[in-house]
Amino acid sequence: MIRFEAVSKHFPDGTKAVDGLTFRAPTGQITVLVGPSGCGKTTSLRMINRMIQPTSGRILIDGRDTSTMDETELRRGIGYVIQHAGLFPHRTIVANIATVPILLGWNKRKARARAFELLERVGLPASFAKRYPAQLSGGEQQRVGVARALAADPPVMLMDEPFSAVDPVVREQLQDEFLRLQGDLGKTIVFVTHDIDEAIKLGDQVAVLRTGGHLAQLADPAYLLAHPVDDFVADFVGKDRGYRALSFQASPHFALAQERTVPLGATPAQAAGAARGGWILVVDEGRRPLGWIEPDRLTGPIQPEMLARGGTVATVGGPLRNVLDAALSSPSRRGVVVDDQGVVLGTLRAHEVLAEIEDRARPELQDEAVPPAGGDRPDEESQQGEESQQGQSGRPNGGARRVDSAGSADSAQPSEESPA
Amino acid sequence: MTWLPDHLGEVLSLTVRHTYLAGVPLILGLLIALPLGWLARRYRGLYPILIIGTGLLYTIPSLALFIMLPLLLGTKILDPANVVIAMTIYTIALLVRTVADGLGSVPDAVNQSATAMGYRRGRRFLSVELPLAVPVISAGLRVAAVSNVSIVSVATLIGVQQLGSLFTDGFNRAFMEPIIVGVVACVLLALVFDGVILGATRLATPWQRAGKAPS
Repeated sequence: MIRFEAVSKHFPDGTKAVDGLTFRAPTGQITVLVGPSGCGKTTSLRMINRMIQPTSGRILIDGRDTSTMDETELRRGIGYVIQHAGLFPHRTIVANIATVPILLGWNKRKARARAFELLERVGLPASFAKRYPAQLSGGEQQRVGVARALAADPPVMLMDEPFSAVDPVVREQLQDEFLRLQGDLGKTIVFVTHDIDEAIKLGDQVAVLRTGGHLAQLADPAYLLAHPVDDFVADFVGKDRGYRALSFQASPHFALAQERTVPLGATPAQAAGAARGGWILVVDEGRRPLGWIEPDRLTGPIQPEMLARGGTVATVGGPLRNVLDAALSSPSRRGVVVDDQGVVLGTLRAHEVLAEIEDRARPELQDEAVPPAGGDRPDEESQQGEESQQGQSGRPNGGARRVDSAGSADSAQPSEESPA
Repeated sequence: MTWLPDHLGEVLSLTVRHTYLAGVPLILGLLIALPLGWLARRYRGLYPILIIGTGLLYTIPSLALFIMLPLLLGTKILDPANVVIAMTIYTIALLVRTVADGLGSVPDAVNQSATAMGYRRGRRFLSVELPLAVPVISAGLRVAAVSNVSIVSVATLIGVQQLGSLFTDGFNRAFMEPIIVGVVACVLLALVFDGVILGATRLATPWQRAGKAPS
């Protein structure tokens, strides 16, 4: 666990980058520091590995005051990933990844073997080992950056906007893989971002900082969305927070409506015969959804380019947000739900999802779990509240968020009405 | 054109001396310029002092420096060490700025991540900053090499033998052939220096020739 105790950083020119920051980053969890530029989030991160020295206050890692530790030793025990990866341009990928093991004095063979293992772990082919960073795309470089940070298996990782320099599609991939990796590794991670969506997607807890380095609110994402502590946090988490909060609620076993489907190449007559409400779902040979089509408009056998592709697809047991979005985005108004293999199980309408949402309670308001703005809670109290906060701040539908990316077998029970 | 075949041995030995007098200072100058350039980067206040100070050294006329050094150092006037020291000073004059700029060309993110990985300052300099500064330093070194080959010839005037001796010889006898041979030999020598530096740079920077990402 990393603890900030009344940490401040005042620069010589008088600016207060961080002011009396007190919070805990629990072991094995992702703590996201988020806020507008100038809120001191990067400064706070860099004070953990003493790239920046605090003006006052203490930072403890597993109870040890970092200011008493040798700074080089401290840094070798902390993984560090930054925007644009910061890879060494003159070293091959495998040499980049092996950096910290070599610094720690591992023998070359062991360090190389470890580097190859990590290359695979972050989803890159072994053929990349001999390449130089400039020969990789931004997203690939960022994966190498993560591999390099993990090389010596540090218990703590610091990540400074690691995914913000890549395009949105790659960013989402990297985020999902990062969560999967963290699911396996359970590192204590402090993650800095200015992007609230990224913060609520990745964080086990999110610390919202306001300009001047004050902690505005620290809570788990669902709680933060349901109970912003003030206008600043409410504005920062965004106007669609009600909708986004659904990301943290696993969908129940909805009774799905059975949906008749046709394959590509079906004739207008076949399609019209199977259609319901003027629309028919087209699937591939594995019964995976391809898109919707209106048989009335068909003049010949169904071709891929004729399909309306606007509808999103939700995985069974995934977050309510995905199920609702599938219904809202579907041209037929029927949201497609698939199993873990992507096979169509059935469809669901928005009002059915809404009925479920209205039945659910919002996360309960917890006075104890939220430090007052500024985070200047007395130390004794924070120690005492440690256990209780961890318990209380647990996500109401624990693990729902992971289900989305990893797929959970136990919740993937097709409803009775769905086709076999 | 019978002069050259008759004096081939002499020309070769002058070339060897010329190579020594221009080459050794190049290496010594680089070794001294590296820490000075590092200091100029490390301590902002030192940068102008070091850059302007060493830059001014280059404006000292070479003949004056060759004559002054024995007085300052107590060496004999004919001692080739005077020339080696003078040429080292010129090399430093050209390279301190180059080294400082070369180190300055290393991306900040790379230095930051090296520090965050747990490099201590000295090791970071040797294994991250210096290798990345090689392309810039190499460019400065090539200029210094050509400059050295050219300036060394002035040393003939203080009695130190090298290819420049052919110029005074030809001038005194109003005889063109040694002068032409001397000029050609100097140009060839400068090309050889340049080629060696280029080759060494290529070996030291395989990453520079690697292609870009296909995207």
